[in-house]
Amino acid sequence: MTQFLSLLLNGISLGAIYALIALGFVIIFKASEVVSFTHGSLLLLGAYTIARLSDTIGFLPAVLVGVLVTAVAALLVERFIINRLRGAPVISLAIVTIGVDIILLTELIRQIGPDILNVPHPWGGDSVRIGGVGISENRLIAMGVAAVLIIAFFVAFKYSSWGVAMRASAEDGEAAALMGIRQGRVSALAWVVAGLLAAVAALFLVGAPTPGVSAAAYTVALRAFPAAILGGLDSTGGALVGGLLIGITEAMAAGYQEQLSFLGRGFGEVAPYVVMIIVLLVRPSGLFGTKELTRV
Amino acid sequence: MSDTLSAPAGAGRTSAPPAGAAPRRSPLRLLKPLLLLAALVVLLALPLYVEEFWLRTGFAVAGAIVGAIGLNLLVGTTGQLSLAHAFFLAVGAVSYTFISGESGGLGTRAALRGLELPPIVGMVVGVLLAGLAGLVFSPIAARLRGIYLGVASLGLVFIGVHVLNTWTPVTGGFNGRSVPEFSLFGFSFGNDDPQLFVLGVPFREAERLWYLGIVLALVAYVFARNLLRSRPGRALQTLRDSEVAASVMGVNVQAYKARVFLVSSMYAGLSGVMYALSIGSIAPESFGLTVSILYLAMIVLGGLGSVAGAALGAAFVTALPLVFQQFADVLPLVSAPGEGGVAAGIAARYLFGLAIILVVLFEPGGLAGFANRFRSRGHRPGRGSPSAGPASASSTTVPDPSDPPAQGSSTR
Repeated sequence: MTQFLSLLLNGISLGAIYALIALGFVIIFKASEVVSFTHGSLLLLGAYTIARLSDTIGFLPAVLVGVLVTAVAALLVERFIINRLRGAPVISLAIVTIGVDIILLTELIRQIGPDILNVPHPWGGDSVRIGGVGISENRLIAMGVAAVLIIAFFVAFKYSSWGVAMRASAEDGEAAALMGIRQGRVSALAWVVAGLLAAVAALFLVGAPTPGVSAAAYTVALRAFPAAILGGLDSTGGALVGGLLIGITEAMAAGYQEQLSFLGRGFGEVAPYVVMIIVLLVRPSGLFGTKELTRV
Repeated sequence: MSDTLSAPAGAGRTSAPPAGAAPRRSPLRLLKPLLLLAALVVLLALPLYVEEFWLRTGFAVAGAIVGAIGLNLLVGTTGQLSLAHAFFLAVGAVSYTFISGESGGLGTRAALRGLELPPIVGMVVGVLLAGLAGLVFSPIAARLRGIYLGVASLGLVFIGVHVLNTWTPVTGGFNGRSVPEFSLFGFSFGNDDPQLFVLGVPFREAERLWYLGIVLALVAYVFARNLLRSRPGRALQTLRDSEVAASVMGVNVQAYKARVFLVSSMYAGLSGVMYALSIGSIAPESFGLTVSILYLAMIVLGGLGSVAGAALGAAFVTALPLVFQQFADVLPLVSAPGEGGVAAGIAARYLFGLAIILVVLFEPGGLAGFANRFRSRGHRPGRGSPSAGPASASSTTVPDPSDPPAQGSSTR
């Protein structure tokens, strides 16, 4: 039972990180109809910047710079590429982000090399016990920060003029444009927010129990894709649920590896994808995604 | 590479203005078979003159051409974004290795198993199994729309790599296993047995595989071209442009999506077998997400929906890193691994990424579209300026050289 609770808690904390990434993914999709395959390498960019700078300028400034760099990178992608392709088919947009991803990822992996860059989190690698259930401090803080960010996002999404503008243009881009909502600005802001969220997620993703920033962080970030798809690509709430679901699945599959040994070692890394495919079989637009209706 | 040569010839026939096209066609019609013949002769004679490196590259390119044509049927023609191509490649490669491979110890831990059947059986069954895998996945694929499919297919790649890593008796596990030589009715495609000399040139593995590659790539090419010109091909293109319109026209949307998945993954299976033969061993890392993305790069660069374009793109993407590697000491900026400069594979990677972005931004038709535009430049006024605007904005797949609707009727 303790093991179960421990896995559940760890899963939720991991899921909170995934939820941040998936949320960014969903925001981008809502605002500019782009499935951003660049997201994994943007996240790695954030982690890399933080890891590289924290030795010289200190941890907190490094985090700020890292978040900023990621957000600006996302903005540049939107301004120089996505914005020019307004109205192009979804597939071309996805493919162009893959192109960006190839360049960014290749460069980052070349920079990182075979090393594992350490991020000197002030909270270190300690873990705490809550009623017999152990969790690393890093993950605990991640949960708190993610909760704050997600709540802040949902409040902004519901009440701020940006949130209203974005929901309007997601609902009906043409009508929103006619009402004087500047689509370009909405989309640019969405990319910035997504970049911010990805960088924050990166900060915690490379902390304990993960050893540090390596090329493998990219693969971990990719697991936010099933999270976003699972919840429904156009549902912000879905991203949240999807993230948690994927996090818990992964933690459980890794924790009960002994019992699942017939599925092979390291099944935890694949479990999210298996769950995603199963869910998509039953609900092709994810758990909370809007079903596409076609009328003639 | 006869495919690359036939590309402009095929593309030329699409030159848009119907009035100006007719007189231009007659010299072209004469030119095309001549060009094809010349290309074929050059290709067949090449092993007599060229170094082994180029022949090996040629076979790798042939394998990639087969795979890229298959992916293009799915992504370019039918508009189903799939990142799962690496998975189907793996199914083909592993099946071939398992069916034709020998049982035996791996030396370290587990024993490998193999059925030791003739390689041709391995190849055929590999293709069929890959097709079957595609068919099994197609119910999911058929239900998902465009982008959901893209991400869902991502999952297959990771599951595939996991299976490759863990199912050691069949796949060789993390370290992979070596691939049995191909042979056909007792004629081995290995280095000897029988020893073969043509005009004094020893015909070893590279030379033999070269011819195998030409044959397989040609078959794959012709099949795809004919498919696109036939009724199912038209149906698939309609499906891409509008599912609603397609179903109104009597196209069974679900069934066609399943079938195109079947065909595409069979292509991938064959490509996987050829890949295994060209490398000589299979390992999990050869079938990761990177491979899927490179295949996507091939068809985007070549031109979505165009068979010739896929072949061109495959040749480009496959050969470039190998050529970079070969000439690392000559090229500026590129260097051998560990010498400070940019390694060959990485340099090629930058180029692909950049090329993808530029192609989507400026020439959605890819290399095929570029060739097409180049050929019809004399008729530019007839096409008018608006072709630049709405055509590039509305779809990446507009200037498809290999599936112009009126082509069949106008040539006859």
